[in-house]
Amino acid sequence: MSEELLRIDDLHVAFSTRRGMVEAVRGVTLTVGKGEMLGLVGESGSGKSVTGFATTRLLDAAGRVTGGKILFRGQDVTKLRGDDLRQLQGAAMSMIFQNPRAALNPIRAIGLQIADAILTHKRISKDAARAEALDLLRAVQIRDPEARMNAYPHELSGGMCQRVMIAIAISCNPALLIADEPTTGLDVTTQKVVMDLLADIAAARGMATILITHDLGLAARYCRRIAVMERGRIVEEASPRTLFSAPQHAYTKRLVAASPTATSRIEDLVTEEERERYSAVVGKPRREPEHGTPPLLQVRQLAKRFDQGSAAVADFSMTMAGGESVGLVGESGSGKSTTSRMICRLIDPSEGDIVFDGQSIGHVAARDFHRSPLRKDIQMVFQDPNESLNPRYTAFDCIAHPLMRLDGMRAGDALRQRVEECAERVGLPLDLLPRFPHQLSGGQKARVGIARAIACRPRLLVLDEPTAALDVSVQAVVLQLLDRLRRENDIALLFVSHDLNVVRMLCDRTIVLRNGGIVEQGESRALFDNPKTDYTRKLVEAIPHIETGEVLAAAL
Amino acid sequence: MVKTGLGGTMVRAGRRLLSSLPALFGVLVFTFLLMRVLPGDPAVFFASGPNAGKEEIEQIRKQMGLDKSVPEQLVFYLSDIGHGNLGRSMMTGQPVLKDLRERLPASLELTFTALLIALIAAVPLGVIAALRPGSVVDHGVRLFCALGVCVPTFVSGLLLIYVFYYLLGLAPDPTGRIDVFTSLPPQRTGFLSIDFLLAGDLEGWWAACKQLILPAVSMALFVIAPLARITRASMLVSLGSDFVRTARSVGLSWRKVVVTYALRNAILPVITIAGIVFSTMLGANVLVEKVFSWPGVASYALDALLSSDYAPVQGFVLLMASLFVLVNLVVDICYGIADPRVSIE
Repeated sequence: MSEELLRIDDLHVAFSTRRGMVEAVRGVTLTVGKGEMLGLVGESGSGKSVTGFATTRLLDAAGRVTGGKILFRGQDVTKLRGDDLRQLQGAAMSMIFQNPRAALNPIRAIGLQIADAILTHKRISKDAARAEALDLLRAVQIRDPEARMNAYPHELSGGMCQRVMIAIAISCNPALLIADEPTTGLDVTTQKVVMDLLADIAAARGMATILITHDLGLAARYCRRIAVMERGRIVEEASPRTLFSAPQHAYTKRLVAASPTATSRIEDLVTEEERERYSAVVGKPRREPEHGTPPLLQVRQLAKRFDQGSAAVADFSMTMAGGESVGLVGESGSGKSTTSRMICRLIDPSEGDIVFDGQSIGHVAARDFHRSPLRKDIQMVFQDPNESLNPRYTAFDCIAHPLMRLDGMRAGDALRQRVEECAERVGLPLDLLPRFPHQLSGGQKARVGIARAIACRPRLLVLDEPTAALDVSVQAVVLQLLDRLRRENDIALLFVSHDLNVVRMLCDRTIVLRNGGIVEQGESRALFDNPKTDYTRKLVEAIPHIETGEVLAAAL
Repeated sequence: MVKTGLGGTMVRAGRRLLSSLPALFGVLVFTFLLMRVLPGDPAVFFASGPNAGKEEIEQIRKQMGLDKSVPEQLVFYLSDIGHGNLGRSMMTGQPVLKDLRERLPASLELTFTALLIALIAAVPLGVIAALRPGSVVDHGVRLFCALGVCVPTFVSGLLLIYVFYYLLGLAPDPTGRIDVFTSLPPQRTGFLSIDFLLAGDLEGWWAACKQLILPAVSMALFVIAPLARITRASMLVSLGSDFVRTARSVGLSWRKVVVTYALRNAILPVITIAGIVFSTMLGANVLVEKVFSWPGVASYALDALLSSDYAPVQGFVLLMASLFVLVNLVVDICYGIADPRVSIE
């Protein structure tokens, strides 16, 4: 390894909360060499971001370094005060954040924001700073940089905002850049472009980089060395190849298994020990629909125009058989969510028709559809398990609500039995039912959301990015759950996602959307292995793949 | 369609102005009808004396048009308004328009000064409280704000008079805008403090300011609380936001982080609240006007209401409604300038 730039030695960070001190980082030790890119991987709550914030001295007021040292060029960062600290921040080390749009000042032109950073560390005139800001915008490959200098963050896309953020972070040529989930929330294609840019800039300027991410695939693609964190500790540190081919720690094994790859199947997502219960179900062959059965769902030339006149979705047609799973993929703005919402009758289509089980439902106003007898046959699972549960309802109430509204059940033993049955089907422990959403973990909330959706025994389940907000290990469990429900109850799944690996595993067929129109559709595996259009190929190539052992071995 | 800059804001403001016209009309009709159902007969009130005969009252009634049906009266009233005629006050014997024009600057000057004082006090208080939440300073600000809200303006007004006029003798006699012996400057804006300055009469200006300061402070005390609280709340959000963290991450100076990044964002909701506070103050400052014998529109309207003088009350309500629309418009424009995001359609 090259010369050492940063050494974190037995770092402890604690947060004071209402329930007393909580240790977020407990004894992290790691080093970063000059110009090296280190991956820091872990799930939410593992303390990886806190480690980053402690290093750049950006912890909240509630957080404090309670032990250990952070040596940057031999100087202990945790002891710096006042001007010394400010000379470090930005000039020697800087940071890039998740959610780039929120990270930029919404009411200040981006050119000024970059100039602010430059003027803090260099004694130059405002004009000179402006000129430098312009050069930086060019360096991060923003088109038409002169015009963009006066743009505000809301006028730029998420990817653009992250480039601006990178420009601010590199404005004073820091020696260390900490990128905290820099591409989470961006489209796969944008993600690749931004990460490539970041890697190029870091290499060109000799900057060391710590890439903090929950995505093993992303870290494996860009880093030579990966440190895996769990519950405030580093459990394993190795090259991506060793990590994937021979993970040592149990947690790493689970994480590696849960990360979907180009070839993984749903049953592969958990380690050997956890697999048994699931394989019993998967073993059974699926019932083939009898010949001549009418399709469950038929969508004909669906279109949606919003006020401005441009079509969000145009000429969308598809059919689904009972028990079939179909994936709807595309980048943000491709119209996949709009389409799924029209199909569940949450918004009204401008044109076209939706036929469910032989009945046309496209013309029932979305406002009145809750009175339709078909409402309970089409249910939805939403993206954010936190936002989609009523915070004043217990888990029990959440699941009981559709039963009372749509099935006309009254409070009583029968209702309790049905709710408990639903909870069991989604694997939610019964003692969690009286809890409120904020007392549940992300995975448990996702289960409640699914239990609520299947409570009325629907025949079509529409899922809008149901795992996007979940950690990979939780995602693996949720995906298995969905697949099991489909096989056991013959529920058709319409799965909206930007995560192609997930769609490939879960869905029989896939439809690729772009700008509101269908680009390509077909059997999932064939479509991903052999994309026919450039757009699909670009999407597939942009997925950060984890090179499995065999592939790597073959490459060497 | 994205419209940025001043042009978009102006278009929006114009549209807002047009859409408020129906509301103004509604206010007009509603006040008119309300005045008619209130008890009290203006004809009796304005008759020559308690012993006035039936014929005399009947004559006055005819003279005032009160013998006609209510719809007829409404039509006459609306057509008068259309011609810019707000009627004549029975109380002062002058056209209502003239009365209001004379008295409005006094009210506006008082309210503007009070709002200015309130903002100058409230914004720093809110910022200081937000920078150290839970500290002694924060609690002190909270206590001060609570006191300001709890004490009614006429009480705080009387207290101020007691301390600064009676005990300390610092303030002048708390009656009116200027003491009777000072010669008035030529009227240009109607705002005495500005007119004196324009006339170059510094002594007069100082006298006018001294008269203004006590009533303005007692009004300001009442509204510091909402303004300081909203500043504190939105400053806390701002300070905890991602972009402030970004600003800190590149080592911007404390001043730059707090003022340019946090405060400029935090001030946006304060603008909205300030507009609402201003409108409320304008109508509700009757108590202060009474305590300080301030010749403003609110006390004028109150006197008229007590003597069943229809025209001034109706004129006053119309004036207030129009001012409310105008203030909202100004707030909209300010907001459009301060926040580039709002001009998106």
